[in-house]
Amino acid sequence: MIQLTINGQPQQFEAPINVSQLIDHLALHGKRIAIERNGEIIPRSQFSQQILSHGDQLEVVVAVGGG
Amino acid sequence: MDNLVIAGKTYASRLLVGTGKYKDFNETRAAVEASGAEIITVAIRRTNIGQNADEPNLLDALPPSQYTLLPNTAGCYTVEDAVRTLRLARELLDGHSLVKLEVLGDPKTLYPNMVETLKAAEILIKEDFQVMVYTSDDPIIAKQLEDMGCVAVMPLASLIGSGMGILNPWNLQIIIDNAKIPVLVDAGVGTASDATIAMELGCDGVLMNTAIAAAKNPVLMASAMRKAVEAGREAYLAGRMAKKLYSASPSSPVDGVIARSDTVTAKPATNKSA
Repeated sequence: MIQLTINGQPQQFEAPINVSQLIDHLALHGKRIAIERNGEIIPRSQFSQQILSHGDQLEVVVAVGGG
Repeated sequence: MDNLVIAGKTYASRLLVGTGKYKDFNETRAAVEASGAEIITVAIRRTNIGQNADEPNLLDALPPSQYTLLPNTAGCYTVEDAVRTLRLARELLDGHSLVKLEVLGDPKTLYPNMVETLKAAEILIKEDFQVMVYTSDDPIIAKQLEDMGCVAVMPLASLIGSGMGILNPWNLQIIIDNAKIPVLVDAGVGTASDATIAMELGCDGVLMNTAIAAAKNPVLMASAMRKAVEAGREAYLAGRMAKKLYSASPSSPVDGVIARSDTVTAKPATNKSA
């Protein structure tokens, strides 16, 4: 069991997962998003390689209206 | 052609618009289209987790293929938050490096914290971002930002979202006169005449959001702003006449005015009751 904090909310997972699996789990597949892990950008090209670890802090962002 | 050039890229429109505060994405798109803007600002925010995955996306309404998206750091009060936000934005927008930096100092006035802004700008420029920077209207700070390598300085005309117009044209004028990079008024425009005044001062462009989005008819106001910016730019290029204090000058010829007779004089009224 691992715990990730995603946009400030804790979530538990049965087993370690990679970023692509997390995106599918969050139903964000195909969406234009960017992800930061513990303060570092995860390039899109590395989504399937990076395995997330217990305690990781993730920020998942989109573009919204703003001035 | 009289184009706006920012970081080597040419734009026909000198009006930049934000995409916040609209009723829905249809209104956003209609207002952006009516404004003629080519550069539009967007904010970067956490996505909703686990709720409404089919929520419409701003970038579907305003595709990056049609517009130059300018991600901002609105809501950031620290160097770290601003820098992290723009790194995320660059990843989100496929390596696009033109950004709007703002580091705020106070939630009540949204006045920029220039000490932190200078630090953030330095980091971002080292990381090859092209930084358009929201700044106070301090001419010394504006020059420092230019010397550091910012690609445009964007002084406030008045507080963000206040609609108070151009409160200190004198400072803006000094900033414009000193600058070799584009100067854009960002924040404070309330109505079309404010945008025109900014352009008449010699600003290279105007960035606005609330003046359009909070109008009763945003699409019509967007069209008004487009014309206001164009009118102000043309007036600036044309070069206004000198102001002549207490010295009228007729526009029509002084000679040749018709008259019934040179001898016509007004007769004094008679007072019959006297």
